[in-house]
Amino acid sequence: MSKEHKEYLKALKKHKIKIYFWQIIIFIIVIISWQVLTDLKVLDSFIISSPKNIINTIASLYNSNNLFIHIGTTLYETLISFIISMLIGIVVATILWYSPFLAKVVEPYLTILNSLPKVALGPIILIWFGASTTSIIIMAILISSIVLIINIYNGFINIDNNKIKLVKTFSNSKITLYRFLILPSNIPNIISNLKICISMSLIGIIMGEFLVSKKGIGYLIMYGSQVFNLDLVMSGVVLLCIVATALYYLVYYIEKRYEKTTH
Amino acid sequence: MNSVLSVNNIHKVYHTTKAEIEAIKDITFNVNQGDFIAIVGPSGCGKSTLLSILNGQENVTSGKIDYHHKTIGYMLQDDALFDWLTVLDNCLIGLKIKKQLTKENKEYVLNLLDKYGLKDFINSYPRNLSGGMRKRVALIRTLATKPDILLMDEPFSALDFQSRLKISNDVYQILKEENKTLILVTHDISEAVTLCEKVLVLSKRPSTIKNIYSIFYSQKTLPSSKRTALEFNDYYQQIWRDIDHE
Ligand SMILES: Nc1ncnc2c1ncn2[C@@H]1O[C@H](COP(=O)(O)OP(=O)(O)OP(=O)(O)O)[C@@H](O)[C@H]1O
Ligand SMILES: [Mg+2]
Repeated sequence: MSKEHKEYLKALKKHKIKIYFWQIIIFIIVIISWQVLTDLKVLDSFIISSPKNIINTIASLYNSNNLFIHIGTTLYETLISFIISMLIGIVVATILWYSPFLAKVVEPYLTILNSLPKVALGPIILIWFGASTTSIIIMAILISSIVLIINIYNGFINIDNNKIKLVKTFSNSKITLYRFLILPSNIPNIISNLKICISMSLIGIIMGEFLVSKKGIGYLIMYGSQVFNLDLVMSGVVLLCIVATALYYLVYYIEKRYEKTTH
Repeated sequence: MNSVLSVNNIHKVYHTTKAEIEAIKDITFNVNQGDFIAIVGPSGCGKSTLLSILNGQENVTSGKIDYHHKTIGYMLQDDALFDWLTVLDNCLIGLKIKKQLTKENKEYVLNLLDKYGLKDFINSYPRNLSGGMRKRVALIRTLATKPDILLMDEPFSALDFQSRLKISNDVYQILKEENKTLILVTHDISEAVTLCEKVLVLSKRPSTIKNIYSIFYSQKTLPSSKRTALEFNDYYQQIWRDIDHE
């Protein structure tokens, strides 16, 4: 390695460290000023809580053995909805790809469902499936699967025509085409939709937990706001940030794993 | 000689929402074992249609094709290599699709890759290959299923001139060595008269066969060298005049 190249890499590393540094600094500044301003009563900790109160609230949740129940519930529901939504997305997209006729027929319905704010269906789902975990999960699946169907289907139909022609020089079977070209060439697209799916699922689950639930992070936030316990609300938001980040990195990890196997 | 393909009075009409397009009016020709036949003609006259028909992807409106139990391999203009597969897996894709991936066939493919300078690249991905190498991979992918007759639709037109000369030589040698029969569609008259021994000139759409040339060089050389042979210019000029230029 040349000296210049070493220096270039060093500069690059330095630049990265600088970015991390400022990210952490901003975090610390916000936390400290939040704490100081509420200590000095410039801000009302009853309205906006404070870092100390949040930590205490989370600690007491932990001590009463409730912390992991709430996190676990939300995680469990989100993962279930994530998996089912992905399956629905891939299977339905496959069916639509296989039958252009069906795709044409359902196109307007998909568009309507996609533009409809799915929360509006919340009360209906509650009536149909009762105030249960099932309702929450169905809600989340509704929110995430429609987008997935559309995204994955679009990937399926946007395949390089030359590659289709090539497969057809060997076989005219549609299943062969799917198996050797459509599906494998869409793996990157499907993987990039994992991220969308996980965040949509989480949104759906939290929304469902707002509507009905006795546990979960959404429940904590909702319950906290009903009894005007802002410490609990803020703690819920913090926990949600942590869960969302963890889920994001889970998918990120899957993505990286995939990239490693193909390159 | 041994006939491997007989095309009898084929006629092809496409139906679209806007119109009825008569692509091929009436084409008849015969192909013998080992023939290298070029098909030239004005743009849009139905050359690709003819190859798609020969490969069984398009139906004829009327007419008959006799394959004499021979098999067909089709090499398209775009190499259409799958970027998520290695060079070897790309070459094996036809065998996998046709469920012919036996040990012998794989050996055959490895052998071809080795013989035609791709040995060191079998585990590389297509993006690491040059244009000429990609063409060779595409050719081996077509050869993998051991077709008796190869159809090629402007296989080299995306390449620069230098690579085209080189790959023409390669393809010529490879196909002669593997004892194949070739039907080549091309826009490039010089390619037609150097690579092939017979040139079919099609009329403009709806196409018929306007003329058939037998190409003969007094010296047997590689395609690129034929460009400087005495006969080259005559054939070139004659065919050039024969094609209906708009
Ligand atoms: N699938 C199709 N449906 C309708 N019309 C078609 C179809 N394929 C080709 N055609 C028409 O048939 C005619 C012949 O097309 P073809 O592609 O066979 O010509 P070609 O000789 O290969 O042209 P080029 O020299 O540009 O490659 C053209 O007028 C084209 O528009
Ligand atoms: Mg064409």
